[in-house]
Amino acid sequence: MLQGHAKIVDFIAAAEGVTGRKKLQKMIYIMKKLDIPFQEKYEFHIYGPYSEELTARVEELCDMGFLSETLEDKGSYVQYKYSVTEEGQEFRKVLGESILDNPLTAGKLNAKSGRFLELTATLLYFDHLNHQDQIDKLHVVKGKLNFTAEEIDEAFAFIEELSS
Amino acid sequence: MSYATQKLAEEKVFKDPVHRYIHVRDQVIWDLINSREVQRLRRIKQLGTSYLVFHGAEHSRFNHSLGVYEIVRRISDDIFHGRPEWDESERLVVLCAALLHDLGHGPFSHSFEKVFALDHEEYTRKILLGDTEVNEILQKVSTDFPTKVAEVIAKTYSNKQVVSLISSQIDADRMDYLQRDAYYTGVSYGHFDMERILRVMRPLDDQVVIKSSGMHAVEDYIMSRYQMYWQVYFHPVARSAEVILRKILQRAKELSASGYKFEQPPTHFLSFFDQSFSLKEYLALDEGVLMTYFQLWMTERDPILADLCDRFVNRRLFQYVDFDPGKDYKKLGELAELFRSAGIDPEYYLIDDSTSDLPYDFYRPGEEEERLPIHLLMPNGDIKELSRLSQIVDAISGKRRTDYKLYFPAELLIDGKKTAIKQQILEMLREGGV
Repeated sequence: MLQGHAKIVDFIAAAEGVTGRKKLQKMIYIMKKLDIPFQEKYEFHIYGPYSEELTARVEELCDMGFLSETLEDKGSYVQYKYSVTEEGQEFRKVLGESILDNPLTAGKLNAKSGRFLELTATLLYFDHLNHQDQIDKLHVVKGKLNFTAEEIDEAFAFIEELSS
Repeated sequence: MSYATQKLAEEKVFKDPVHRYIHVRDQVIWDLINSREVQRLRRIKQLGTSYLVFHGAEHSRFNHSLGVYEIVRRISDDIFHGRPEWDESERLVVLCAALLHDLGHGPFSHSFEKVFALDHEEYTRKILLGDTEVNEILQKVSTDFPTKVAEVIAKTYSNKQVVSLISSQIDADRMDYLQRDAYYTGVSYGHFDMERILRVMRPLDDQVVIKSSGMHAVEDYIMSRYQMYWQVYFHPVARSAEVILRKILQRAKELSASGYKFEQPPTHFLSFFDQSFSLKEYLALDEGVLMTYFQLWMTERDPILADLCDRFVNRRLFQYVDFDPGKDYKKLGELAELFRSAGIDPEYYLIDDSTSDLPYDFYRPGEEEERLPIHLLMPNGDIKELSRLSQIVDAISGKRRTDYKLYFPAELLIDGKKTAIKQQILEMLREGGV
């Protein structure tokens, strides 16, 4: 019971807070692809892998008082910042052991930009394709973002690093 | 004339309570409708267990699929036809994607997916690309056509306008199911002015936008969506039935793994229990098959499986109480222990359920590039996100509302055995203990 919620709290605690819903979405997706057993179901949306279940679960955690959410108005949109409250820290302790084999991974992901995580998550979404097809598909679905060859190489290297 | 452009000698129509008529002229669409995989959708209810609350809600995914097709056909043939921003060559792929978008749903889709860790989108793709009648028909259009249709449904297709028509915050899928579910459940919510929305939809760059003059029709749609979620989709009694359904499948899986000798062996499920099922086995399952097993398992020796099946078939559902995990999560363990002391297995008879467990969502504008919001096209050509202009939408999309429930079999707690413990459980459940 509530184990799925506890995993999200645990991750945000390990990352020492996350700024940006989009960033959180991509980070959890990448963790899932690393076989960390998050339960949230993802689908591909216009901006890459997205989980409605994760959005709803984070809202619930804010309601429960385990996460704090602050909003910053950026003009045409708002940005959300999440951190774990004292009650949330207690909750993750009570609910049991962490699923994060290496909590440092959360920090590594958090240190990357939203753009880079979007690139990485999208490449991982197409990881059933061969290397060149992955890149071709990336350009089809993310044509407007004009990812450079250097960025793509860096993302592949990052995936390699996380997987090892 | 190629198969892709081949027309029927006479237009076929399906009488439909939502759209009045569904019109088919394309041979490809007609052949797809008559394929085994699309006909299978007649045997999968659109609203899962909601028929146990709203007795009219027996409509199938087949009805809905035809409805989505009809909306997209109207957009493609009437609303967008001749507009320079719309690529007419995408017509057939978007019509096929609309008709086939739910092809991979299994029986009682949501519960089935949860228990067996499946993704219906993945099975839609497998059906489109695998050894199926649907694939054979799509291949006749061109060898790459099945992949194109699969990409539209997976939202990875190159033309984002095409994707948006099938899957976005205001798409043909939602416009059909809101109206259809309202019609069949008999609720007065869910109705909105779709004709007006269709008239003000415009293809623009890589998305579909709504002319700002249609904002009030979109407000109505958002309100319908909001009300349908709370009144129908998140209905606590339908969720009780879903909980029991999940537990039946979980119990059968657990018994099978433990070597239990079923009187009625779960032949159709065995390959699902060990995740070795083939596409053919996946397609062989429908709600008729599941209900037959549930009927037969009501007399199994295992008391938990027999009881859960009896509850589902005869609508003896679990009771529920509101539950605030933020305050009371620690008491869940205590309560589970009391259930065990009372001889009731909490794994099957004490279940928490939240709205995040359900496959529906509210309109949220969200962050930039988190998820495509509804965009209004202003008279000067500017694009504005809906909630920035609509106070009504802003009021409901900015507010969080979640719902957590705890489900349990009330009558087992008043059956005269171990009364002291059961009294303690009831007090915790009903008097604010959880």
